[in-house]
Amino acid sequence: MSELDELRRTLPMVGAEPSILDDTRIAHVVAHGHRILSQRTVPGLRVEMEETPDAIVGKLIVEAGAQIAQPIHMCFGLAHPTGVQQIKIDVQVLEGAQARVLSHCLFPFAQAAEHRMQAVMEIGPGASLTYTEGHYHGPHGGMLVLPHATIKIGKGARYFSDFSLLSGSVGKLDIDYLVEVEEEGIAELSAKIFAHKTDHITLKEAVMLRGERSRGLIKTRVVLEGQAQAEIIGITEAYAKGARGHVDCMEIVQGQAKASAIPIVRVFHPEAKVTHEAAIGSVDKKELETLMARGLSPEQAVEMIVSGILR
Amino acid sequence: MFSPLLDIRDLTFEVSRQTILDRLDLAIDPQEIHALLGANGSGKTTLAYVLMGCEGYVPSAGTVLFNGANLLPLKMHERARSGLTLAWQEPARFEGVTVREYLTLGKQDCDPEPALRQVGLAPDRYLNRRLDKALSGGERHRIELASVLSMKPTLAILDEPAAGIDMLSINHIIDIIRALKAAGGSVLLITHQEEVALIADRASQLCAGRIIFSGSPREAVDHFRGRACVRCDGEVCNYVRA
Repeated sequence: MSELDELRRTLPMVGAEPSILDDTRIAHVVAHGHRILSQRTVPGLRVEMEETPDAIVGKLIVEAGAQIAQPIHMCFGLAHPTGVQQIKIDVQVLEGAQARVLSHCLFPFAQAAEHRMQAVMEIGPGASLTYTEGHYHGPHGGMLVLPHATIKIGKGARYFSDFSLLSGSVGKLDIDYLVEVEEEGIAELSAKIFAHKTDHITLKEAVMLRGERSRGLIKTRVVLEGQAQAEIIGITEAYAKGARGHVDCMEIVQGQAKASAIPIVRVFHPEAKVTHEAAIGSVDKKELETLMARGLSPEQAVEMIVSGILR
Repeated sequence: MFSPLLDIRDLTFEVSRQTILDRLDLAIDPQEIHALLGANGSGKTTLAYVLMGCEGYVPSAGTVLFNGANLLPLKMHERARSGLTLAWQEPARFEGVTVREYLTLGKQDCDPEPALRQVGLAPDRYLNRRLDKALSGGERHRIELASVLSMKPTLAILDEPAAGIDMLSINHIIDIIRALKAAGGSVLLITHQEEVALIADRASQLCAGRIIFSGSPREAVDHFRGRACVRCDGEVCNYVRA
């Protein structure tokens, strides 16, 4: 089976249909390691990706005023137990443009592999980008996954991101996002992670509310089992009049797992406000007993509560 | 002569050497609505938790027969599967779980719409909503009752089912309680609201962990109103006429 077919076959694990790669109305990039296996663009979108010996390097530009109707699929991965993949990408959503990007990161057989993403995103004035990143890892763990991004959100622009790692064992995941928000811009960052075995998760998300009436939300849901560990750092700083931010972190710990949550909020203007809430613990007893009083076994009740949190 | 559906004898529950339920006796018949009245702290909710088998609510003495079988050795979900359930006074919120999922709870063939209509909520507006903080207290209460209706229990313990319900909707709650009976079930109805208590077949007053009066709902309400429990200790509950 070709590497393209192998990655295509894994797409349903992150909720995508393999047929999206055949649809001429849908833009996509598929890369295995440092080789681009397939790419397609659509009107209003420029995809300029290149292979280099040590990285896939390129740009994704949504032209000013363009409304990309179908999501743009970026499909990265490794179809072998070992290997390295590094992606360096600039994403520019120019003034007034709108796009949705679905990034599928597929590592079904990885045992000792590495995936690095260095992204710089710029969302122009009045533009909107929804970026959804879904990871699928096989059962082995042993990967090093480093998604790092710097995101600049222009005046009145909107950025919504949703990171999810819900299947398989990753190994080590180290996310580092820095978001700068200008006047009346909005940034909403959501992450859902289910860590197993000896997974080690570090998630650092920072939102800098630079502009007046800018808005920021960091929402994190992490469930840990086995001997997994997680450190979640959510930072929001507000620098301007009317800026509003909120950090919301919930971690459910099962088995021998360990978790920490560090919300950091800083306000540098008297008319700005940032709030935070963090909860770490086992599954809520009252939720558990409510479901058991309807006849679910303890195991069924935990599964329902956990899947609800990660939805 | 038939046996009661629920037969509680000498039930005692203590926390940190404090007796919360004190050799409590209570019987509930099949298809009976039995109201339980009592001042705050008299042990009503504790009795509900002990019967349901909540964590930390293991009685130190007494017996409970449910449908003729010993209830106390059963785990909470086993009690539920035997036909007993509890609607909490302050129902839990669930992030991500929808009303539809909560009303069906894994039962593929269960239609949640009739129960939702019965509590006065439009299915098309509520079935796909999440049971999270966005629901008001009254809405969450109604969904809790709809979930009990969906389960078709043999005995439903309803802890303050009308708490947080607006005055105009109390009749919905009363209809639900009657519907549980009409479906063949019994109800242990913990309430402070007279108009709700009066729909019961019988009623009892709980004071300092003991049943001090049982009779018709009217009699029990009058008893509760006319006699304030001012001191409860020792062997005898010293309630006096106000």
